[in-house]
Amino acid sequence: MQAYLTLTRRELGSFFYSWIGYVVIAGAMFGTGWSFVVLVDKLQGEPTMVPLTEIFLGGSFWFIVLFAAPIITMRLFALEKFSGTFETLMTTPVSDWQVVWAKFTAALIVYMLLWLPLLGCLLVLNYFARGSNLLDSGTLGSEYLGIFLIGCLFMAVGCFASALTRNQIVAAMISFAIGLAFFLAGFMAGPFDTQQGWAEQALNCVSIMNQMKDYARGVVDTRSIVFCLTSSFFFLFLACRVIESRRWR
Amino acid sequence: MMIDVSNLSKSYAGNNAVKDVSFQVEKGEIVGLLGPNGAGKSTTMRILACFIPASSGTASVAGLDVFTQADEVRRRIGYMPENNPLHPDMRVREYLKFRARLKGLGRSRSRERVDAVITQCGLEDESKRIIGHLSKGYRQRVGLADALVHEPELIILDEPTIGLDPSQIRSVRQLIKELGRRHTVLLSSHILPEVEMTCNRVLIMCEGRILAADTPENLQKALGQNGHLIAEIAAPLEELKTCWEQMPELAHYTLSAAEGEYHRCALTPSGSEDLRPKIFALVLERGWKLRELSRVRHSLEEVYIRLTLPESEEETF
Repeated sequence: MQAYLTLTRRELGSFFYSWIGYVVIAGAMFGTGWSFVVLVDKLQGEPTMVPLTEIFLGGSFWFIVLFAAPIITMRLFALEKFSGTFETLMTTPVSDWQVVWAKFTAALIVYMLLWLPLLGCLLVLNYFARGSNLLDSGTLGSEYLGIFLIGCLFMAVGCFASALTRNQIVAAMISFAIGLAFFLAGFMAGPFDTQQGWAEQALNCVSIMNQMKDYARGVVDTRSIVFCLTSSFFFLFLACRVIESRRWR
Repeated sequence: MMIDVSNLSKSYAGNNAVKDVSFQVEKGEIVGLLGPNGAGKSTTMRILACFIPASSGTASVAGLDVFTQADEVRRRIGYMPENNPLHPDMRVREYLKFRARLKGLGRSRSRERVDAVITQCGLEDESKRIIGHLSKGYRQRVGLADALVHEPELIILDEPTIGLDPSQIRSVRQLIKELGRRHTVLLSSHILPEVEMTCNRVLIMCEGRILAADTPENLQKALGQNGHLIAEIAAPLEELKTCWEQMPELAHYTLSAAEGEYHRCALTPSGSEDLRPKIFALVLERGWKLRELSRVRHSLEEVYIRLTLPESEEETF
């Protein structure tokens, strides 16, 4: 536990020691601000039944998730392998799982920080639309649950990709490709809409885009929770196996 | 017994980096692994530090197997890899604290130990500086401090003085010698004088094998001879030649011109007898002039070169 906490703190620290941390946060803030402008613009038009949180997804949400996740996670293992500190790390009495968990936790915390400006935007809107019940806490909660679960999946994918290589760019490309595949699955699921074939069902299950739409509407689907958590565990498990593989005979 | 390695082999992608290596290190020894680049020193150390497993054979540290009891072994060793990788964005004290906590030291204990190693490695004035801004010598000390922070029984240092300037090398060497009083030290180097000066025992490695293992003095003796003699004598060349040829104790001699009328003679005796008094008497008897007479001991360097170079190349040295 001590090693886990020490490592998590170190990872968080190193994220903010480098300029990457601030660039990602600035980028995410810009994206959120952009979405906010789009949102306010839409609200000026005709009345809509779509919840505020869902309109927001139309803006830069996926842009931020798809690009920020690889940038946050690319350095986790790749940089340590590149600079050689991986060797000093793995010759201390810490287990592979502790290392993977700590890096994953730190990345997830940074990712969640990216979404604080969104909370601010929504609260500002809520304040100016006094009493109109624009934003209910349940929907807000479910949207943040969705953001968190999808974050788990993307950070786990990033951990795995970063563990594979000592080149940060390659790590970012791999995690971007895997993340994009999950994202695009939603579009693929579209044409199958009419027929309830196995392909459509399967693609719907992995389509994080559709899942996120549900969360933004305030619908918490256990299938989606199970999917995000199990696939996160799966990728973390793979990351752990990759770390361990140097000790295979 | 601190380290017990037997029949250790390691191959990377079909390439044998370490071939059937066996050696033992007793508690309290400072042992140097000496060899040219690519001899398998780093690989052997990485195996001992539980970073990579051996392909075959066994290795144990303090009686614990490095493969099956890796966690216990890691607690007992302080390892500084080649090129001494550090986190350049951290401050010295912060980094050492981080490492101490990672190695399982409690809060107050880690503070105590960090203070102790900072003093021990002479980092007091640098403790608040960012590692990336330190000079190479200080970074090396930070690496050493990290290896020491949890008071390990065994310290493994891979090329601890590489890339340092002579005065930094001296101070790091001094530090290593001091460590030898309380810890067992295994260090690697491809620089001879370093190993000769700091280590009680030397293992010479080449192409994945251990070619020789002994104290530096014994290795010198193992060459069998007492070194050769250098004499600078002013005498007629022909007379000098016949004189050396007729001397039965000489196995071999070479002559070369020196400044002025002198000839420089390099004489290799065949036995262990000291020929200096004899040569001096000879010079007196013949009425020559003598301005230098000295005995050159085989340095470890010669032992090293003889062992690590193939026969054909040896002649050129």
